[in-house]
Amino acid sequence: MAKETKTLNLNFGPQHPAAHGVLRLILQLDGEIVEKADPHIGLLHRGTEKLIENKTYTQAVPYFDRLDYVAPMNQEHAFALAIEKILKIEVPIRAQYIRVMFCEIGRILSHILNVTTQAMDVGALTPTLWGFEEREILMGFYEKVSGSRLHANYFRAGGVHQDLPKGLDKEIGEFCERFPKIINDLELLLTDNRIFKQRNVDIGVVSKQDALDYSFSGVMLRGSGVPWDLRKSQPYDCYEQFEFKIPVGKNGDCYDRYLCRIEEMKESVNIINQCLANLPVGPIKTDDGKISPPPKKEIKQSMEALIHHFKLYTEGYRVDKDEIYTAVEAPKGEFGVYLISDGSSKPYKCKIRAPGFSHLQAMDYLIKGHMLADVPAVLGSMDIVFGEVDR
Amino acid sequence: MQNIQDLEKILNSELNTKIKSSLIKHNQIYLKIEEANLTEVILFLKTNSKTKFRQLIDITAVDFPEHEIRFKLVYLLLSHEFNQRIIIEIDVKEKEIVGSITSIFPSANWMEREVFDMYGIDFKDHPDLRRILTDYGFEGHPLRKDFPLTGHNEVRYSHETKKVIYEPVKLEQNYRNFDYESPWEGTKYIKEQTKE
Repeated sequence: MAKETKTLNLNFGPQHPAAHGVLRLILQLDGEIVEKADPHIGLLHRGTEKLIENKTYTQAVPYFDRLDYVAPMNQEHAFALAIEKILKIEVPIRAQYIRVMFCEIGRILSHILNVTTQAMDVGALTPTLWGFEEREILMGFYEKVSGSRLHANYFRAGGVHQDLPKGLDKEIGEFCERFPKIINDLELLLTDNRIFKQRNVDIGVVSKQDALDYSFSGVMLRGSGVPWDLRKSQPYDCYEQFEFKIPVGKNGDCYDRYLCRIEEMKESVNIINQCLANLPVGPIKTDDGKISPPPKKEIKQSMEALIHHFKLYTEGYRVDKDEIYTAVEAPKGEFGVYLISDGSSKPYKCKIRAPGFSHLQAMDYLIKGHMLADVPAVLGSMDIVFGEVDR
Repeated sequence: MQNIQDLEKILNSELNTKIKSSLIKHNQIYLKIEEANLTEVILFLKTNSKTKFRQLIDITAVDFPEHEIRFKLVYLLLSHEFNQRIIIEIDVKEKEIVGSITSIFPSANWMEREVFDMYGIDFKDHPDLRRILTDYGFEGHPLRKDFPLTGHNEVRYSHETKKVIYEPVKLEQNYRNFDYESPWEGTKYIKEQTKE
């Protein structure tokens, strides 16, 4: 007599530590095998795009920090680049160096979080504790330069808000000297770890073709063997001046993606070191008085500066009528801004292209036929942050 | 890598009847096409060996309430081989149904759902056209320009009924939208006064 079986519907999240935020997954299970996964997103939807349409360009910057909140400056970068391209502003070289340096710090911030929490999802706690100590230091750099640890609001169209405080470059240099050892320690714990490999090797395999079809980008694409990095292929700011390698995976499984992230952190340290070694002196934002506000000192002396200050912080600068898509290589993949300006001081439309959105979409395809316990492992390796998925 | 001008020429010669206009700006190609040709053009761009736009980056819409044809649908494609980006635009009337491209790019699924959710544009032959970002049971399409910034409903936990309830938005202070335009360039109220 054949045994009757029936599938079980399981509600995973939205309050589940391994869901990396507020993901609600409806899983259809046959025993422990996942037959279908239906992610319900939008639980963190704040209407960022709608809000941006109602704010001036300067006021819109902080919303970008709140998208992927583990690497805030990378996203401000995309928005700043979009405005700069429309207005055709030249960014001073020192500002470009500072931006690249802080984008790479953001990349390390994001990758530490992801690598260590992925390890935690499959059962290792120590990497998280070690990694977060370093994140704290990096966020200290964020705080020193912008005034806040997370929501930096530091990049501006035409440069950055303020110069590096005295001694910060030395501190970052010291960090870069020490950090490769920390990566080594993490690798000692994870790379050859039997349990970690059992849980990650050959799990969530993505073929090259599928990675392209599902609009994957960043590590999700490179892990499957597609050598594509916007920093190399469509360089923005001064990325052309740096030497770095793009790690590419072979098998497209969770383990390869982990290896890519570890290698990328090493490359980021490399880029930061190059930045520090060649950090030029000079202005940190464009000298166009119609776009960047005058220095505080002048406001007390000069009538013109006072007027400019007032107008820039009330009405804001205007952006000519145009339409543009710009993308940057954020830690999670291609982060893009599709901006339509109408000549006023507020964007007419600002679509945010978040890498995590397309990655999470492939959840059903990735997890079909895997065990329930692989759900957190696959989710972890996709590097999902709900700030950007839900927007 | 292929030159962007050459690529534009190839597109214009191969698809000449289907393209309304093409333009190169910011190192990207902007194509305007008819809705009826959408799937055909996108399939061509994906499969042709001279274009190879094999990745769909995003789909979005733009609302122009004052235009006769209200919406503009925008498709962003990327070619890794030739390192080029293309932006395809079609004009869509309110309540017009657009062909889905999920059969060409599986990733279009959620992107089209998002456009449906935010702008209320329907897609034909979409496997699963549900709302995606907004709440269960949400009404309206938030990114349309006539949707108020504050929304219509707010949620709170009610101690009387012991559950989360929806109520019309009540603001202690109305949302203030200041008119900061320079007076010498003519703020709205001055323009209105001089008109009279």
